[in-house]
Amino acid sequence: MISLNGEDADLEPGETVAAVLERLGLSTDARGVAVAVDGEVVPRAGWETCALAAGAHVEVLTAMQGG
Amino acid sequence: MRAPSTPTVHDRAAPADDVLTIAGRTLRSRLLLGTGGFSSLELMAAAIAASGSELVTVALRRIDPAARGSLVDVLSAAGVELLPNTAGCYTARDAILTARLAREAFATDWVKLEVIGDEDTLLPDAAELLRAAEELVDDGFVVLPYTTDDPILARRLVDIGCAAVMPLGSPIGSGMGIRNPYNISLIREAVDVPVVLDAGIGTASDAALAMELGADAVMAASAIARAQDPVRMAGAMRHAVQAGRLARTAGRIPRRTYATASTPEEGLPDFGPA
Repeated sequence: MISLNGEDADLEPGETVAAVLERLGLSTDARGVAVAVDGEVVPRAGWETCALAAGAHVEVLTAMQGG
Repeated sequence: MRAPSTPTVHDRAAPADDVLTIAGRTLRSRLLLGTGGFSSLELMAAAIAASGSELVTVALRRIDPAARGSLVDVLSAAGVELLPNTAGCYTARDAILTARLAREAFATDWVKLEVIGDEDTLLPDAAELLRAAEELVDDGFVVLPYTTDDPILARRLVDIGCAAVMPLGSPIGSGMGIRNPYNISLIREAVDVPVVLDAGIGTASDAALAMELGADAVMAASAIARAQDPVRMAGAMRHAVQAGRLARTAGRIPRRTYATASTPEEGLPDFGPA
């Protein structure tokens, strides 16, 4: 099972971060987006190649209004 | 006609060269704005314009694919620079990771570092803050830490390489103003980096006081976003920061217990017995 932003995601091990973003409607040149997998930053340059392992925790973040 | 070289009254009141420099970046406005709490992106953009701010904070949160309108696009159109924060982080580890994600998302190595101690007060956790600041400075970040109004802690933060310090006036969103003005003055004396009064501002006079105490800039968020008329309050804050800065640089008169006549006694007439 792979979790995406805290929810069980219908993702198969081996899928890339870029594929996850595509499901969210995001391209790899989307502005203001960052990705962490298992508590580590995945730099933009690694989105196409970073494959998710079973049990991975994926967080896809973006800008939100805040003080 | 006035010669071009003669300063006008307006020039003296707001000298163009009185700029704020943080880590080599020059800012004409000494007001930083938080983007949280506005009821719409349109209202936020109008308030930013009215405030004159050039640097605004943003948070990093899980993406909502259904969300309409991009905050980043609106802020880009407003012509302001982004200052990502680590709001909501309770540990150095979370704050460091959030800062690194923000660097990826916004292509900036600036971070307003917040490491909070508990949810009731939202006061900084000094020990975690120092740890996070040290690691982020080592990692090349320009760190602007949200800190307590403690001059010793401010000095420690600067000693480890923070580019500015952001002491609180009172708890975040409390609108209680500056509860310990003497500490803000002490912080100004204790460090040689910009001091940005952050948190607790309730209305324009609080912002002016911060500047009069020697703060180099003021950060306002809730005070503007949650005012009944945020755009009008943004304008008020802009003027208050300018007024406070002018008063600080003009040099105020000392406080005295007894009156000091402003009119000379010399030449006072003697009207004879009543």
